[in-house]
Amino acid sequence: MTDTAADRSAVAPDPQVVPDERPVVTASRARMRGQLIAWGFLAPFMVAFIMFVIWPLVHGVWLSLTDQSLTGAGGGFVGTANYSEALSDPVMWTSIRNTLWFTLISTVPLVLFALVMALLVNTGLPGQWLWRLSFFMPFLLASTVISQIWMWIFNPEIGAANALLERVGLEPIAWLQTPHMDIISITIATVWWTVGFNFLLYLAALQNIPDLQYEAAEVDGAGRWRKLFSITLPQLGPVTVVVVILQVLASLKLFDQAYQMMDGGSSETSRPIVQYIFEAGFVGYRFGYASAISYIFFALIVIVGIFQMVILSRRRENS
Amino acid sequence: MSAAVPTLTQPDVTVSRGRSRKPGESPYSPARILAFAALVTMAVIWLLPFLWAVATAFKTETDAASGGLSLIGESGITTEAFSSILAQGNVYIWALNSFWTSLVITFITVAISALAAYAFSRLDFTGKKWLFVAIIASIIVPPQALIIPLYYQMLALNLVDTYWGLMLPQVVMAPIVFILKKFFDAVPIELEDAARVDGASRLRVFFSVVLPLSRPILGAVSIFVFIQAWNNFLWPFLIINDTFLMTLPVGLQTVISAYGIQYAQVMAQAVLAALPLIVVFLFFQRQIVKGVATTGFGGQ
Repeated sequence: MTDTAADRSAVAPDPQVVPDERPVVTASRARMRGQLIAWGFLAPFMVAFIMFVIWPLVHGVWLSLTDQSLTGAGGGFVGTANYSEALSDPVMWTSIRNTLWFTLISTVPLVLFALVMALLVNTGLPGQWLWRLSFFMPFLLASTVISQIWMWIFNPEIGAANALLERVGLEPIAWLQTPHMDIISITIATVWWTVGFNFLLYLAALQNIPDLQYEAAEVDGAGRWRKLFSITLPQLGPVTVVVVILQVLASLKLFDQAYQMMDGGSSETSRPIVQYIFEAGFVGYRFGYASAISYIFFALIVIVGIFQMVILSRRRENS
Repeated sequence: MSAAVPTLTQPDVTVSRGRSRKPGESPYSPARILAFAALVTMAVIWLLPFLWAVATAFKTETDAASGGLSLIGESGITTEAFSSILAQGNVYIWALNSFWTSLVITFITVAISALAAYAFSRLDFTGKKWLFVAIIASIIVPPQALIIPLYYQMLALNLVDTYWGLMLPQVVMAPIVFILKKFFDAVPIELEDAARVDGASRLRVFFSVVLPLSRPILGAVSIFVFIQAWNNFLWPFLIINDTFLMTLPVGLQTVISAYGIQYAQVMAQAVLAALPLIVVFLFFQRQIVKGVATTGFGGQ
């Protein structure tokens, strides 16, 4: 871990044994040199890190305490007025509720489908590349492409979804135009789009389970299902923790497909919190207010993140 | 020497062909047939939406607007929608913009992350531990929460509606530093010491010993960064207003409403936009799958 060359020259001459001052000076000079070299390596990243993460993070706090407008007007200190306004703003609360609801209804299928897909593909059936292509390819597509395809499928008059419903004798649905149904439609598109990522994580974990365990179980006479429940699923515990944490954090950041599939508009039941930041800042021009909502969103992420860590690590300790 | 080269710590997803059936087990056992049927069903469900889009793109506008489930319209197959999209020309510009900005973002991100990761792995400096903790902790900061102050900063720097304004804020990816540091930690230090004894400087060692050894992991993270940059929507959408500077995802968004009811054209555009990454995936499936799996885990 340490710079071994600098260490050697720093440690070798012990100043207490050798009264000569010179080696100490060389040692400190070598250490100075080491520091400079290290900072040379770090500088490019640190400059970008401070400019594009630390500074916006700090400046955002200041903005959230002002009435700054996108037009350049305002900018006076208003204390915590933006925060108190946000906390009593019903639109902010519904957008948080929509975000949490979406996180719940998207995470469950995104984890379960991924697991089933990976288990099936991992049985070694022929056509491996085709399965990977089908399940993973959508993940590579841009959100706009996904949105265009699914807006077409969900089109109430001529979309494929309603054509299918009619074929099996059900009533057509106005998928994206009905309150509460809109967020479910967005969830369906999202599951199709991003399940491939979780699928790959599960597949990698499955292929990491040592064959030896299965062979030992077979010697003991374990059948297919026994092996699944006693070896495979328990071994997938750690990766499931990772997949769930990543998925929840990703779902909380919903914006692209929700904004696009509602055609840039929004409904009371579909608008996620990130879209409200966007609307407050770039449609309403209220940068101060939008900054305050950004910090409430950030707090939400941190709270959910900590909550998950606590629950999942406790569960792991128990088992 | 090759024995000492560390390999990716994650399993190679593509080399293993899955758990094959027991010796002596019939390939047509009921369980296998059932699994196969389930797999085919799911694959069909996952492929259908895209096939539908492709089918619509090859219809006439009249056929596309008449709906229904048939994959081929009454007037047969036509490339009309594609030719009218391509004739407008914007798609080329957007694809080109997406391509080169993603390439530059990937290069800068991987370069500055690798340099920093090397310092954290091998060099000694004051405040190393705290700095590393700060960088790792920043992973929890959602980029969406920074759009307002970042946009404000870009206004002040006069970078709104420029390529640099589009690219620069995307080059800080803390997980990449973490993944590369973990990799460098596993490179045997003896290899570097040998070069250092021969009088090579740190930078020299980094470029001629460490980087060549890290080619697999650098490839893996580059693929991941490129896909992210290629598909990024929110920031490019905010910062770019000029049609000629737009990336593909942003450009497509502007025409969703503009085209209104020309479904065949909208689908042709979606298919064209999807094509580059699908082709790349078909050729580099192994590397992409490995890159995403490795990086996805490494973020932990």
